Amino acid sequence: MIKFFLMVNKQGQTRLSRYYEHVEINKRTVLEAEVIKNCLSRSKDECSFVEYKDFKLVYRQYAALFIVVGIDQTENEMAVYELIHNFVEVLDKYFSRVSELDVSFSVSEIHLLSLSGVCSSSYCLHSTDCHSSQCDVHQFCTWNHVQFGQSAHHFG
Amino acid sequence: MPAPIRLRELIRTIRTARTQAEEREMIQKECAAIRSSFREEDNTYRCRNVAKLLYMHMLGYPAHFGQLECLKLIASQKFTDKRIGYLGAMLLLDERQDVHLLMTNCIKNDLNHSTQYVQGLALCTLGCMGSSEMCRDLAGEVEKLLKTSNSYLRKKAALCAVHVIRKVPELMEMFLPATKNLLNEKNHGVLHTSVVLLTEMCERSPDMLAHFRKLVPQLVRILKNLIMSGYSPEHDVSGISDPFLQVRILRLLRILGRNDDDSSEAMNDILAQVATNTETSKNVGNAILYETVLTIMDIKSESGLRVLAINILGRFLLNNDKNIRYVALTSLLKTVQTDHNAVQRHRSTIVDCLKDLDVSIKRRAMELSFALVNGNNVRGMMKELLYFLDSCEPEFKADCASGIFLAAEKYAPSKRWHIDTIMRVLTTAGSYVRDDAVPNLIQLITNSVEMHAYTVQRLYKAILGDYSQQPLVQVASWCIGEYGDLLVSGQCEEEEPIQVTEDEVLDILESVLISNMSASVTRGYALTAIMKLSTRFTCTVNRIKKVVSIYGSSIDVELQQRAVEYNALFKKYDHMRPALLERMPVMEKVTTNGPAEIVQTNGETETAVLETKPPPSGLQPANQANDLLDLLGGSDITPVIPTAPTSKPATAGGELLDLLGDLNLTGIPSITAYNKNGLKIDFTFERSNTNPSVTVITIQASNSTELEMTDFVFQAAVPKTFQLQLLSPSSSVIPAFNSGTITQVIKVLNPQKQQLRMRIKLTYNHKGSAMQDLAEVNNFPPQSWQ
Repeated sequence: MIKFFLMVNKQGQTRLSRYYEHVEINKRTVLEAEVIKNCLSRSKDECSFVEYKDFKLVYRQYAALFIVVGIDQTENEMAVYELIHNFVEVLDKYFSRVSELDVSFSVSEIHLLSLSGVCSSSYCLHSTDCHSSQCDVHQFCTWNHVQFGQSAHHFG
Repeated sequence: MPAPIRLRELIRTIRTARTQAEEREMIQKECAAIRSSFREEDNTYRCRNVAKLLYMHMLGYPAHFGQLECLKLIASQKFTDKRIGYLGAMLLLDERQDVHLLMTNCIKNDLNHSTQYVQGLALCTLGCMGSSEMCRDLAGEVEKLLKTSNSYLRKKAALCAVHVIRKVPELMEMFLPATKNLLNEKNHGVLHTSVVLLTEMCERSPDMLAHFRKLVPQLVRILKNLIMSGYSPEHDVSGISDPFLQVRILRLLRILGRNDDDSSEAMNDILAQVATNTETSKNVGNAILYETVLTIMDIKSESGLRVLAINILGRFLLNNDKNIRYVALTSLLKTVQTDHNAVQRHRSTIVDCLKDLDVSIKRRAMELSFALVNGNNVRGMMKELLYFLDSCEPEFKADCASGIFLAAEKYAPSKRWHIDTIMRVLTTAGSYVRDDAVPNLIQLITNSVEMHAYTVQRLYKAILGDYSQQPLVQVASWCIGEYGDLLVSGQCEEEEPIQVTEDEVLDILESVLISNMSASVTRGYALTAIMKLSTRFTCTVNRIKKVVSIYGSSIDVELQQRAVEYNALFKKYDHMRPALLERMPVMEKVTTNGPAEIVQTNGETETAVLETKPPPSGLQPANQANDLLDLLGGSDITPVIPTAPTSKPATAGGELLDLLGDLNLTGIPSITAYNKNGLKIDFTFERSNTNPSVTVITIQASNSTELEMTDFVFQAAVPKTFQLQLLSPSSSVIPAFNSGTITQVIKVLNPQKQQLRMRIKLTYNHKGSAMQDLAEVNNFPPQSWQ
């Protein structure tokens, strides 16, 4: 079971956080800070799976951004590792060469993207065809445009 | 009121903040604006405001006042509003909030909406944070959507169903009919979520598990298609077709095949195929192989397949990629119990992993190494593990030390090796060992009598340089106290003997006493050791007296008490001092027994296993009656003969003082318990003063024939209401012509004061043949048990 899905940068600023189990808000910041500290202290030679308290962290670094997924003992760590990469590929396709800025400014979009794929705590990313997932999001954004005359990127 | 700023503006503003305080200020200002905007019930900008609120929530600021607004957004007709509203609901609301129930009606309507995207949103939200009440209400709708033809919706409905089942397991049956056709899908998305749904159902209910076992052939077929099919651009990840689905199916197969022979057999082929055909150059392939290995180990697979799995793990171990090595070590740890031999083959690789830089890998390798130690490889493994102990991080040291102790205890090839190993652990990781290591080590040392000189010499040398590691110092002080005479006499066969004078020994013990680094317990050990040396050393008794009297006024209560008692020993009971401070005997693990079973203890008691080996001959000439008599008489005895076995090492003074008042030699007549074939066994009795239900019986076995009896073993059993303790015999050989006897002590606890009865069993070798006899002893005198 996936417990949480975080995107945190090197300075410790959270760019995206999705919790699949209830964690109180003040505990969240502490958790995020500790998690990023753990990941930062690992060197390049060490493996991407860290044992943290009673669950495991699977992390992957993309430039200055760390994507960390917290899982419990029943998950296949390597499949989750692959999932992270898959998700990044989807983002890449959607934003055309995604960068941290894209992530910072388009939080809601990314949440919705993650909904179309990774759903609930049992991950299910069918968007190995990121094409199809991208289609999903674009579809409802364009449909939006048609139905209500609003720009797809108009989030507020 | 000016229009509220857009989310992007807000993010931009916050990014310009240079300090945490600045950021907080900006956010508070914005929060205030948002709140007033909410109060004005502004419909156009509500969506914008909630989006900003969600962003601030992500940064860690409280956003609960936005919950109702989310609900209003969900109820709106605009899609953008709904979208943000549902997202907000997922992020901000959960079943702890009362507001969430208000969503139920909205979700119900949206589940029946004309647009699939709205339905999808509703399903996602329900599947994310639906409480049990909501799930109960809406399960019917979800089930309906599970049967639609729209694959987008079916996919989401399946995941929602998983959540519903988790929250309300009773509803599982409702989804059963819908699952009939789930696996006939072409769409991978739906297939994937269906497999997740089936997995959840099988995990939750054994009935479902039995029901779905018939799906195994279908699953096998799907998996086969995935592997065999050519390149499919839609599902390809680094050359492998939909690895996520493959992993899911493998996991479901694992659950279905567990404990079931038929299903396991049906899967054998496909598992072998996946294991051999998957490309391992990329991480994806390895992820699939990992899942396959886990499945093979869990189901009832044939042995060839298991060997294949372990070989795959072995290959993983040799891979350069850390992740793969970590995963391999974890799996090997799970399988080492069942397939021990197969894992042994990879021992050297595992031991190499101990030297890896990665902490997670090191921990796994350490656990696995301990699981792999056995009688054959213990020397080599121990060397590696000791080296690891030297260089590892502090968080490992405690676990490593305990593991080494356990392994050494089980598989030590020789006593000297065992003692060496433990000493090495104490010197390298002394402060991390657990508390019970000290008494265990002390017991071990007393049991290896021939190593006493060697041990004490090594321990002395160890603390000479550094006495900060408490367990080491405790063991060393105890040994020096016991065997100090061996130390100064300079006799040691195993090693080059060192020249030590009594003063030097006392110097080191005194420095331990004085040092700030010594814990209070350690000081206690040191003081008792100094006291014991007063009988073992000849020229420095005065110095010892002085040291002991100084501590009579120590602030530490324990030390003070000891010092005062020892002082008293010097002054008033000097005649008893040598006897009291004699060498400690071999420690025994006392075996108390309830029902009438044959009980036997022998000299070596490292394990409580009942053995029938005869006790080590001649090593422990314990004769309790004589020694006790000596204690009372107070005559000088050389400190080599062991006395009555007591069980605590470090408080020698206290316990022996107790024994003094214990015995009561009244005139209880002795009896002849057994007299046959030239073997005669006499019982003599003593009652204890302090504990009236204890009777101490001393047996004496004599031999009137012309040939001696060897390997003599005496065993006794008593009825259930009694408790029996058999102490070590004086020897196992009864010389001929009544020229000598074997004595042994039995302590009987008789709390209910019932008539004493005993059944005895004798085994011995006589005239070249093994003899055995059973007898009942009924003629106990009344004074022995009343």
